[in-house]
Order: sequence, then structure tokens, then C-alpha cells
Amino acid sequence: MRQALAVARKDLLIEWRSRLLLVRVAPFALLVLVLFAVALDSEPLILRAAAGLVWLAMLFASLLVVQRSYAVETDDAAIDVLLTGAGEPGRVFLGKLLAAFVQLLVLAALLVVGAVVLYGAAVSGSRVVLLVTTMVTASLGLSGIGTLYGAAVANMTGKDSLLPLLAMPAAAPLLIAASRATEAAFGSQTIDTTAGWTWVALLAVFAVVFVSAGAAAFGTLVEADS
Amino acid sequence: MQAVTTNGTAVQLDGVVVVLGGYPALAGASVAVRAGELVALRGANGSGKSTLLRACAGLVPVARGTVRVLGVHDDRTALRRHVGLLGHKNGLYADLTARENVQFTARLVGAGATDVDDALRRLGIDARVAATRAGSLSAGQRRRTALASLVVRRARVWLLDEPHAGLDAASRDELDSILAAATRAGATVIFTTHEIETRGAAVPRTVTLAGGVVVSDEPAAASTGGAR
Repeated sequence: MRQALAVARKDLLIEWRSRLLLVRVAPFALLVLVLFAVALDSEPLILRAAAGLVWLAMLFASLLVVQRSYAVETDDAAIDVLLTGAGEPGRVFLGKLLAAFVQLLVLAALLVVGAVVLYGAAVSGSRVVLLVTTMVTASLGLSGIGTLYGAAVANMTGKDSLLPLLAMPAAAPLLIAASRATEAAFGSQTIDTTAGWTWVALLAVFAVVFVSAGAAAFGTLVEADS
Repeated sequence: MQAVTTNGTAVQLDGVVVVLGGYPALAGASVAVRAGELVALRGANGSGKSTLLRACAGLVPVARGTVRVLGVHDDRTALRRHVGLLGHKNGLYADLTARENVQFTARLVGAGATDVDDALRRLGIDARVAATRAGSLSAGQRRRTALASLVVRRARVWLLDEPHAGLDAASRDELDSILAAATRAGATVIFTTHEIETRGAAVPRTVTLAGGVVVSDEPAAASTGGAR
């Protein structure tokens, strides 16, 4: 676990220094929210679509976070030092996953606030717990998918376009579940809180599957690239 | 994982074939290196020197043959625990300072702050350079930072790809003394080089590769001087 925490700490320190999340990713994600609002141009429609738009923006933004996470490893071949130093590749995966998770959780919070401000989405009472749990489980699942597929394409030619092609279909079920759970948290007429928690349970399953698969497959994926 | 049995031989390659991109980067290389030995790998570009190091580090799949490092041969993850690798690139994070880069390696392997300070001092990295982001360092300073990371790694087998490249004369001499000290402490050091100079520290043994195979293996007496 020491190695995983060291990797996570290193990735977060690099993020803090480069400010990629605050300067590029968050503005990009918020811009996506704004542009969706402009394109839909209908208040009832925007309010109904708010949850889906938040998670679609999250999905796009998560790709930028993951691409950056692996770029710092491949730019100067630091991945070799990482693999020989950490020993077990699964620990490297968990460290990178943890750093991506923290960043995506911050981003999810920003986007939910953005949805409240831009779309007029409302959260109150017990639905706050549902919303926070959704943000945690969905961010973890997205981090798992991104970190797993990011490793698969890290050393490939055209990785920037390959990552969305591979990760976005895999993230589709998670996108649906996160959107439905968030819709319930926003007090939608079409889905109640109980159903929202069912979608959260599904999100938790996705997160466990992708985190487990990533930890098990990471070594094979990066070794195949070497 | 197998028990680590040095048995006098730290690194042994038997008929190793490594295929990269459809090309046999190693085509049946065989060499054995004793524990505590310092070995220079020579050869033209594309002769397989770097691939041999990466095979020893468990970073490339071996298509045929056996790579055995400190008794470990069929578990690349276990094999990596014993090696410290300095490749063509330095393996540094541009947004971290020189000290933070070395500290990161130290945290990975469980080394302490004293080890970090000692490694930085040995490589002549002063406080100003240590506090500078790696992306802003000169090529020589980056190389020395990478070497400090390797020193703090405390590996039992050191694998270095052109370690002298980018270093000034004083740093090269310091590197030679670090490598000599590492072997005296029991570490096995294998490094690649293009040429052997006629002055400087002695190279005990020089192995030459061509076309992915070992074509000559000169013992200590045949070597003439420090490697560059």
C-alpha cells in the first residue's frame, strides 16, 4: 500500500503544480455544460437533461485527466522507474486510480454546482446523501475505466484518439446509471429516490469490477506496451 | 516466487530472444555476470545493448531462452524488485523538483530522508538545483538527478544505459566512483557504453554485442581503462 500512496501523492503533486484540472479540465467541462444549455435552449428540457449532461461532461473531462496521468509517465520513460521501484504493478494502478478519483470527485462537485447554477437543478434533504454517494461511486468507476484503458493505450501511436474510442463504450453503462441516480437526486418526476439508490448499487458494482480488473490487468497491459 | 540463490552468479542469460515490433532485438544472447561484478556492454546502435538491459529488468517479454536475476527467472514482477534501471531517458517528472523526484523513488522503495540527502550529495546536486523542477534543469543536471534516484533505490543489480552521457568530466569520475563503491558493497553493475577510454577507473570486463548476440567477452585484463 505504501507504493500506491506514493504514486497517488506524486500524481496529485504534479497536478497541483501544473494546475491542469483547474486551468484546463474544469473550464472545459463547465463550457460543455454551458454549450449544452445554449444548444437545447429550453428550460424544461435542460432541467430534465441536467443529470445526463453533468455526467457526459464528466466523461469527456475524465479522458483529459487520464491522458495527463499517463503522459507524465511516458514523456521521460518514468514508467520504467515506476515498475521497477514499485514491484507489483497492481500497486501502481491503485495509486494512479486514487489520484484520478480525487481529481474527478472535485470535478464532479464543480459540475453539480454548475448544474445548480446554470440549469436550476435543486437538491435538498435526503437527496443530498444520494447525490454525494452517486458522485463518489461514479467517480470511482470512471477513474477505474480511465486508468485501465489509459494503461492499455499509454505507449501506442494515436493514444489520444484511441482512449476515447475504447473507454467511452465501456463507460456507457456507468453514464446511464450515474445519470439516473443523479436525476433522482435532482428530484426528477420520472424517477424516485428509491430507484436512485438502485442505480447507485449498480454504480458500485461497476466500480468494483473495473477497479479489480484494472489492478489485475495493469501489469500485463503496461508490459505489453514496453 | 523462487528463493533468491545468488550462487555466485547474479545475472544469467541463456539463448535469450526478444522480438520487438517483429524484429529480433536479441537473437540468442547468452552471458553470465557474477555478483559484485562491473560489466560494460559495448556494441553499435541496434546491437541489442538496451534490450538486454530491459530484459534483465523484466521490462520486455522474452520469446525464447531464460533470463535469471538473483535466482529469479519466471516471474518478471519478482525480478524487478532486485534491479534499478537507468535507461536512455532519465525517468524524471518535469513538474517535480530534483529532490522530489528522488524522494518519490525513496518512498517507493522505503528509503528515508537521510538516504535522499546522501544520494543528492553524492551526485553533487546542491540545494539550488535540488529545489529546481526537473523540466528546468540542464541535461547534465537531469542525468545526475536520475542517478541520485538510482542510488537511493539501493538495488542489488544496477542496469545503466549510457550513464555517462551528458555528464561533465567531474561528474563522470564521480559516477565511476559510485559504480565502484556499489560493486564493493556487493551490487552487480551492468552498463552500456559506446567507447572505452584509456584513462579513468578500470573496467573489469567488457561484453560486446552485435546483431542481438554476444560476439566477444573480454575479461578484466583485456580492458584498458574507464568506460565512457
